[in-house]
Amino acid sequence: MNWIDWLVLVGTMVGIAAYGTWRTRHTRNLHTYLKGNANTGWLTIGLSVMATQASTITYLSLPGQAFESGIDFIQNYFGLPLAQIVVCVEFLPIYRKLGVYTAYEYLGQRFDAKTRLLGAALFLLQRGLQAGITIYAPAIILSTVLGWRLDLTILFTGLVVVVYTVTGGSAAVNLTQKWQMGVIFVGMVTAFIILVCKLPPDATHIAGALGKLQGVDFTPDLKRRYTFWSGILGGFFLSLSYFGTDQSQVQRYIGGAALREGRLGLMFNAMFKIPMQFFIVLLGALLFVFYQFQPNTPVFFNQTEWQRHARGPQGAELRTLETRFAAVQAEKQERIRAWVAVRARGDATAESAARAAMMESHRTANDLRQQARSALLALDPTVKTKDSDYVFITFILTQLPHGLVGLLIAVMFASALSSKAGELNALGTTSTIDLWRHFRPLAVHDEARNVRNAKWFTALWGGFAIGFALFIGFAENLIEALNIVASIFYPSLLGVFCVAFFCKRVGGSAVFWAAIAAQLIVLIIFFAGKIFPHYEIGYLWLNPIGCAGCIVFSLIFQLAFGRRPPAIPRP
Amino acid sequence: MKTTRPPAHSTEEAAPGVPGFRTWRGVYLLVFLWFIGCVALLAWLSHAFK
Repeated sequence: MNWIDWLVLVGTMVGIAAYGTWRTRHTRNLHTYLKGNANTGWLTIGLSVMATQASTITYLSLPGQAFESGIDFIQNYFGLPLAQIVVCVEFLPIYRKLGVYTAYEYLGQRFDAKTRLLGAALFLLQRGLQAGITIYAPAIILSTVLGWRLDLTILFTGLVVVVYTVTGGSAAVNLTQKWQMGVIFVGMVTAFIILVCKLPPDATHIAGALGKLQGVDFTPDLKRRYTFWSGILGGFFLSLSYFGTDQSQVQRYIGGAALREGRLGLMFNAMFKIPMQFFIVLLGALLFVFYQFQPNTPVFFNQTEWQRHARGPQGAELRTLETRFAAVQAEKQERIRAWVAVRARGDATAESAARAAMMESHRTANDLRQQARSALLALDPTVKTKDSDYVFITFILTQLPHGLVGLLIAVMFASALSSKAGELNALGTTSTIDLWRHFRPLAVHDEARNVRNAKWFTALWGGFAIGFALFIGFAENLIEALNIVASIFYPSLLGVFCVAFFCKRVGGSAVFWAAIAAQLIVLIIFFAGKIFPHYEIGYLWLNPIGCAGCIVFSLIFQLAFGRRPPAIPRP
Repeated sequence: MKTTRPPAHSTEEAAPGVPGFRTWRGVYLLVFLWFIGCVALLAWLSHAFK
C-alpha cells in the first residue's frame, strides 16, 4: 500500500464514521437512539438490513470458499426471501403494533417475564459470541497480509465503531451503513470488472468444467452441507430466526416512518440478496480461473505464513512442493488450453479425452495443495491451514492499481464496521430494555437515564467484543463458524416465537421448558456429530430440528402442565 | 394472557404505495416469482456450464 491507498482508506473510514457521529451527536431521545429517526425511508432500512448481515467475512471468505469448492454455498440463501415474506406478514406488524423496542419485549407480553429473559439471554449469548468473531475475522486476515499488528488492527476497528455507535445509536448506525454499503458496492463492482478484463475468453466454461459453477444440487442427502433442500428448508428456518427474532435485524426494520417502510426495506433485501451473494461467489469461481493462468500461483495463499516456514532451516520439503506445484500448474494450463481448443472444434470424442486429462491435472494440483497444508502443519502445529480466506485479498494486493487497493481494503473495513455497529446497537438495546429496565422498573420513565444506560451498555459490549477478539483464536473457516454458532442457538429461540404466533393455547412455562429441552437436543446432536462423525448431519438441519422440537415440546408440556398459568391477565 | 396478534387481513390488503400494486400480496408474489426465477437461472447455469 502506498500513500494514495492510505489516503483512500483512512479518508473513507474515518470520514464516514465522523460524519455519522457529527450528524447524530444531539441524539437525546430514547426512541431515536434505539430505533433511529422516525422519517427513515425504506431504502435506508433495506441497505441497513443488508449491511448488518454482510460482514467482512462475506466479502473475504465467500470468494475464497467459491475458489475452493465452487458456488454451491449460494444455496444457503434460498430460504431467505421466503423467510422475509413471513417476517413481513407475521412478525413486523406485531412488533410495530405493540411499539416494542426489542423482539423479546413481545415475548414478555405474550408469555411471561422468564420467557422474555430466556429469549434475551439466548440472543445476548450467541450474538455476543459472534461479535468477537466479526471483529477478529477481518483483523487476522488484513494484519497477516499487510503486516500490521493484529492487536492494533482489532483495537482501531473496534474503537471507531464503538465511538459512533455509542454517540448516535440506531440513527448513526442507519446513516453510516448507507454510506458504507455505497463504498462496498463501488469497490466490489470495480474489482469484478478488473478481474473479468484479465480472464481468458472461455472463463465460465473452464470454471464449469472444473466443477466451480454447480449452483444447485437437488440430491436428497442429509450429510451434504449445501443442497437445494438444506438451503430451502434449513436456510428458511435460519433466516426466519435471524430476521424475525435476532434483535440486530429487528432493530433495523421496526423503526422508520410507517409499516410500509419496514416491509419495503425487507422486500428490497429479499430481492437483491441472492443476486448479491451470487455475484460474490461468482467472483470466487472466476478467481479460480484467473489463477489457473498465472505463472506464480501460490501453492498456499497465506504467503506470509508459507514464506516464513519455507525460508527456515526445515523448509526444504515446502520448497520442493512449491516447485512440483509450479510444474503441475504449467501442465494443467496446457491441458486447459487443449480442452478449450477441442471444445471449440466440436469434436465430442477428443473433447472427452481432453477433459479427462485436464481433470487429472486438476486432481494432482489439489493433492499437492493438500500435501502442502499437511507439510506446513507438520512444521508448525499452530498454523491455520485453510488459506481460502486469503485468495481474494491476494488478488487485491497483487493485481489492482494503487488507489483501488486502498478502496478494496476500505470495503473490508466498511463491512466490518457496518455489521459490528448493528450488533453492538442491538446488544446495548437488549441489555437496557430487557435486562436493566426489567430489574429497575421505576427507571422506565427517566428518558435521559435510559439513553445514558443504553450508551454504557453499547460501550461495554464493544469492550467485550474487542477483548474477546484480542484473546481468543477462532475456527478456520470463519463464515461457517458464524453460521454454525447461529444454527446452534437460533432454532429454539425461533421455536419460542413460532409458538407465540401460532399456538395461542400454549403458556409461558410450557414454552420456557420446551425451549430449554430443544436447546439441549440441538447441543446433543451437534456434539454427538463431532464425537461420532458417522452420525454428523449438515448444520443447517439443526434449525428445523430445534424449532420443531421446541414447538412439539411446548404442546406436550402444555398438555402435561394442564391449565395455562395466568402470567398476564386476559383482556 | 393477551391476544396480541393483529388481524392479518387489515395490513395485507392495505395499499403498499408501490406503483402497479394494489395489495401487499402482489408485492410478495413478485418477490416469490423473482426468487423462483433466480433458482431457475442458477439451475440452468449449473447445467449449461458442466
